[in-house]
Amino acid sequence: MRAIVEVRLKEGVLDPQGKAIESALSSLGFAGVGTVRQGKLIEIELDESDPDAARAAARRMADQLLANPVIETYSVELDGE
Amino acid sequence: MKAALIVFPGSNCDRDARDALTHACGEPPHVVWHTETDIPDPVDLIVIPGGFTHGDYLRPGAMAARAPVMRALIARAHAGTPVLGICNGFQILTECGLLPGALMRNASLRFVAHDVHLRVERADTVFTRRYRAGALIRLPVAHMDGNYFADDETLARLEGEGRVAFRYAAGSDCTPGPINPNGSARDIAGIYDEHLKVLGLMPHPERACERLTGGTDGRHLFDSLVDSLA
Repeated sequence: MRAIVEVRLKEGVLDPQGKAIESALSSLGFAGVGTVRQGKLIEIELDESDPDAARAAARRMADQLLANPVIETYSVELDGE
Repeated sequence: MKAALIVFPGSNCDRDARDALTHACGEPPHVVWHTETDIPDPVDLIVIPGGFTHGDYLRPGAMAARAPVMRALIARAHAGTPVLGICNGFQILTECGLLPGALMRNASLRFVAHDVHLRVERADTVFTRRYRAGALIRLPVAHMDGNYFADDETLARLEGEGRVAFRYAAGSDCTPGPINPNGSARDIAGIYDEHLKVLGLMPHPERACERLTGGTDGRHLFDSLVDSLA
């Protein structure tokens, strides 16, 4: 089973990379581009067939390493859900 | 004074730190590899040098903060042994929870490598007693992720408890960009833990210990530690 952990910057945390992407999109001529925020997506193959257990394992991984709670939030999905 | 210097894959300021410590202490520090589960006992000081541990993968300091040696380091810090984290060492100290907040990508998105001026906020800690409170000193910075961030409540607590160690400040020369090189909150360059025994800072005092290599303002930090702990 594959877990997908999406890590995002918390609201209110400055995201200079998102800002740079935003201005690059505008300079490429894309009209109507508002705020851009950049995050991370981490895919984890898990040796686990129970969805609840897989989700719980991925959450523990996110809590302990994948996300920094000072600046980031995360969400967990399972592939195929 | 006997120090321990923790080295990770990708540490790259460990030799400068070792030289600075050897000069100040009169003997070389124990060098402890990140896979060790113990740090020699007793030591008076533990130093995490700068670098790009584990290639800055995931977040700067994220992997190093979870290395085997960190359990021993955190236990020693809780028992009162002073800990100094420089640059990537500061990032590791925030990642492992010994210091609050986080160090984010520089607001300019550029790597900064030049001298900065800093104000020494207080001169009554084991790290700063050789300085004068309010003194302006000059140290080099060299980092991509030095933009200190914490929520407003944490920042207010740091200020209220006198835990800002160094702040970027206007100097007479040497700073080719803005005074604050990375966009850090309240111009913070370094902070203490609540007992003033753990210090993390982005600038490099170990690179400012010899006149030949750009000044000696960093030497007082190591001499302060020797005065306090020897």
